[in-house]
Amino acid sequence: MNGMLSIVLSTLLDIVPILVLVLFFQFVVLRKPIPQARRVFLGSVYVLLGLALFLVGLEKALFPLGRMMASQLSEAEFLGVADLSEAQWHDYYWVYIFAAAIGYATTIAEPSLIAVGIKAEAVSGGSLKNKELRVFVAFGVAIALVVGVFRIITGTYLEYYMLGSYLLAFALTLYSSKDLVALAGDSGGVTTSTVTVPIVTALGLGLTSSIPGRDAALDGFGLLALADPLPMTAVLLYGLYRKWITRTAKTPSQ
Amino acid sequence: MNAIQRGYSTGRKMLLNILRRLKASFMDLLPIILVVAFFQAVVLRQPLPQVGEVIFGAFLVVVGLMLFVQGLEMGLFPIGENLASALTHKGSLFWLLVFSFFLGFATTVAEPALIAVVDEAARVASNEGLIAEGEKAQRNYAIGMRMVVALAVGASIVLGVIRILKGWPIYWFIMGGYGTVALFSFFAPREIIGLAYDLGGVTTSTITIPLVTALGVGLAGSIKGRNPLKEGFGLIALASLVPIVFVMIYGMILF
Repeated sequence: MNGMLSIVLSTLLDIVPILVLVLFFQFVVLRKPIPQARRVFLGSVYVLLGLALFLVGLEKALFPLGRMMASQLSEAEFLGVADLSEAQWHDYYWVYIFAAAIGYATTIAEPSLIAVGIKAEAVSGGSLKNKELRVFVAFGVAIALVVGVFRIITGTYLEYYMLGSYLLAFALTLYSSKDLVALAGDSGGVTTSTVTVPIVTALGLGLTSSIPGRDAALDGFGLLALADPLPMTAVLLYGLYRKWITRTAKTPSQ
Repeated sequence: MNAIQRGYSTGRKMLLNILRRLKASFMDLLPIILVVAFFQAVVLRQPLPQVGEVIFGAFLVVVGLMLFVQGLEMGLFPIGENLASALTHKGSLFWLLVFSFFLGFATTVAEPALIAVVDEAARVASNEGLIAEGEKAQRNYAIGMRMVVALAVGASIVLGVIRILKGWPIYWFIMGGYGTVALFSFFAPREIIGLAYDLGGVTTSTITIPLVTALGVGLAGSIKGRNPLKEGFGLIALASLVPIVFVMIYGMILF
């Protein structure tokens, strides 16, 4: 009960600075009433209430399970080895599968990505699809988490992975249509939000605490670092896919 | 058609509409349910603890997501777009930039996720002897870091709005920015790098993102010759990039 109250309260606190800012500009700077004020007000209440329910539900149902799984999957007993220092990187195969699956699943449910997807579909006049865009982004996050987990397990340097994935994103940026670069960048930025962060952080902490020789300060942070360039790459690929679809649709098949 | 029939038919339409939205939200949540169920039942082979709690929680998530999406289109999107077009028509660049800065700064400085990460980082930094021991040093470090991140987000929204007004291509910024980040990764203290990446991710809250997106798209839509898809997006990309650079610089100065 206490947890629920604090979630509702922190959602409310989240909106206070925005509310003050919007009201100040609307009434002091612009000196104009808000068009369709009642509808907008009702919508804002929906957003607040919806987000609070969403977070309370996650905290009740999914986060405890997700956290528990993340730590159980990296235990020596589960991996079937006597001691974790004997485990090879490929003994952790269930951890990779879990990382990919949970990365995909949490990204699909990410409210901020839904918001960006709705806008993208609207301003592209329907040539981009909200659902498809999110599926591509989710695949990007899934791959990012698998690579991130591999990095923690092998204890290799984050910098090289970052450099590699940004080079990939850059190469695709140069190659693909420049129209989608801004959307791709935004999609990379919103992937790590409300739903993804808690479970993924638990996964990172579980791994760094159970694998010998890993340091939470050095290795635990940064599991999400690749969840920016790789989804960005995925959106650019989605653009190429849409282009290919429209081209094949235009050419009548023989 | 008489009044009762009409009322009945609108009621039915509304109900169908709600059901359709509920189903959409449920489909968004379904992958998580499947992953958790599969790992619990097949991989870990454990019974689900507190089934009732979990089902009730999942129900809250679905209803919450539905309300959130409905509210976006009724509330947050129109607010952002109206303000963007009103401020451009007023023709006051100054107020537009002030609004942009505070939209970034004010929503970030009090962001609970940011506070949590920064406090944790202060504890780690103090344990490793990077900053002086004691609560005061930790508090100063945490507040300093929060200010740096909030300033960075404010600055990046301002930069992004200027970019939309001028029509500068976003890939200059993205490539230049991430090039800088990659370069700095080799110079900045190792303890700050992972933290810098993580802080880039937690800065924009779920309520800020729709507003910022609507602001960008609204701006690009109300300026002649700008394409909302090509130029309207990109504010969030900058808001998750610039803080990384700022935090790395802060780390290099501090340590």
